[in-house]
Amino acid sequence: MPSVTAPPLRAVLAEDQALLRVGLTRILEASGIAVVAAVDNAPQLERLLEGGDFDIAIVDVRLPPSFSTEGLSAAIAARAARPGLPVLVLSQHVEPIYARDLLASGEGAIGYLLKDRVADVDEFVAAVRRVAAGGTVLDPEVVAGLVSGLGNGTRSRPLDRLTEREREVLTLMAEGRSNAAIAARLFVSEKAVGKHTNSIFSKLDLPQAADDNRRVLAVLAWLQGQT
Amino acid sequence: MTDWSAMSLQPITTVRPAPVDGDALVDRLRLTAVSLGYALSMAPALALGILSILCIPLGLVTAGFVLALAVVPATAALTGLHRRVSGRLLGEEIATSYADTTGTNVVTRPVRWITDRARWRDVGFVWFSATGGFALSVLPVALLVGPLTHVVGAVVDGGFWWWILVLLDGPLLLVWWLVTPALVRARAVAERNILGSARVAELERRVEQVTTSRTETLDHSAAEVRRIERDLHDGAQARIAAVGMNVGLAEKLMATDPAAAAELLREARETTVDALEDLRSVVRGIHPPALADRGLAGGLEALALPIPLPITVTVDAGELPAPVESAAYFAVAECLANTVKHAGATRAWVRVRHDGDVLHLVVGDDGRGGADPHGSGLAGVARRLAAFDGRMVVESPAGGPTVVTMEVPCPQ
Repeated sequence: MPSVTAPPLRAVLAEDQALLRVGLTRILEASGIAVVAAVDNAPQLERLLEGGDFDIAIVDVRLPPSFSTEGLSAAIAARAARPGLPVLVLSQHVEPIYARDLLASGEGAIGYLLKDRVADVDEFVAAVRRVAAGGTVLDPEVVAGLVSGLGNGTRSRPLDRLTEREREVLTLMAEGRSNAAIAARLFVSEKAVGKHTNSIFSKLDLPQAADDNRRVLAVLAWLQGQT
Repeated sequence: MTDWSAMSLQPITTVRPAPVDGDALVDRLRLTAVSLGYALSMAPALALGILSILCIPLGLVTAGFVLALAVVPATAALTGLHRRVSGRLLGEEIATSYADTTGTNVVTRPVRWITDRARWRDVGFVWFSATGGFALSVLPVALLVGPLTHVVGAVVDGGFWWWILVLLDGPLLLVWWLVTPALVRARAVAERNILGSARVAELERRVEQVTTSRTETLDHSAAEVRRIERDLHDGAQARIAAVGMNVGLAEKLMATDPAAAAELLREARETTVDALEDLRSVVRGIHPPALADRGLAGGLEALALPIPLPITVTVDAGELPAPVESAAYFAVAECLANTVKHAGATRAWVRVRHDGDVLHLVVGDDGRGGADPHGSGLAGVARRLAAFDGRMVVESPAGGPTVVTMEVPCPQ
């Protein structure tokens, strides 16, 4: 479903598994995103990121030669050199601590998703576009981990003050969704979502944040502060 | 040992004064004889004790080495005799654990001895034998021989004082009756404690061995877990993710490009088959189904079946503990994998036998030999087996054949 309004995006891809590299390329190309380079190892990825001639880099966490977290390190290093460089990190399993490292690498234009999410093509492509546009996308799994981690400690009280619906909204906010997206997801009006977010912010003593990105960071900082 | 000595060295069963009967008397007489033997060994012990000490200063000149080459083995012979005698009296074995001196020469051997605690215990023992030990052992003899001398003296000489001494014999013999078993036993226990503290050394060595093998086992397990994680990540997990991508894209293209969507679905179906195959091979690597279903014999047959070589598998073993079975299976699997990869063999054989105490595994082939027991594969097998106190010997001369012999203690 190539978007008519958005400008055509140029993506670079780093994924060592041929099967997945081909699958990702197909999905991106079919969705009107040009894959200008696809590499399968960390040194080549580093060169690509240095070049910076792209709108978004989609990077596997684990890459040759040592199969640990080369992709993640390369992304963080590149963003240190060029703040706001849009990177979407993909992985077969998510670790909240990696999410924290990524978020710490500067505001916005960052994403961290399970590879499973790629199968929902429209959602995935939307996430790619959101990161390319400077947004933040976090895998629901990471957010769920942070939110559920709160249930255990004694300091979990603040979360108890939220209603069931407010907790849903909080989770979706932490994933990096806008009010409009949350409204669509929960089948409510955008105005209702606005009311929920205001209520959440005041119940949790969070600073009000205008744009989605700051909002994600505020929510995540709050979640991490609680765990 | 003669029958007489076998009889005289029967274990000391009791140190109580009762019952007073013929058997008890014979028992005390034989223990007095043993005591006499103990006491007489004081002479060689004292000589060896002095010579041992002399070896040290004389070691500065050549004489000490020459002396040591004579004295140390003689001391070992004497303590060996005591070990046997005291061991028999206590009904247990007093083990030795001298440091290994194979490969040493006349100069390095005394050097090895001087650092060997078991040899120093020998020296300590001869000094005990010449002093406190002598006192312990001479007492029963004196208590028995004294009264006999008095009686003989009184009869032959007939002097007044002899008869006074004979009057004292009653109490002396009573004391002899009471203390002899206890004193002999005390001496035997003392000997065990001096010479047999080899048991402590033995246990220390054992603990060291277990610590090493445990560390290796943990390393090995960690490496295995890592391998399984890698296999899953690169295999089944990646393929299933790819299936998801293909199906997702197919869903999207269904309306606009049905032919492309169908092609994607076909690919996805094929990928699921590969993913299942990946999972099966991971499962085989963790616990092979044939091993689980049919035991070691069935597992090994199933293992040999797909190998492109004629392999004779003979298994003579009943039901074994599952961990041993699994270790044996993977040990054989690794050996056969080596055979296939490196040996260039025309045939191979696997023989498994359990003799009630030890599981013997032999894997051989008629290939070109030259297998490296320190290579990662065979070293891994040795580590796996070490966890069960097992051993592996690799015979693989250049030109072959290769025979890997493995033993795992496994009492039924």
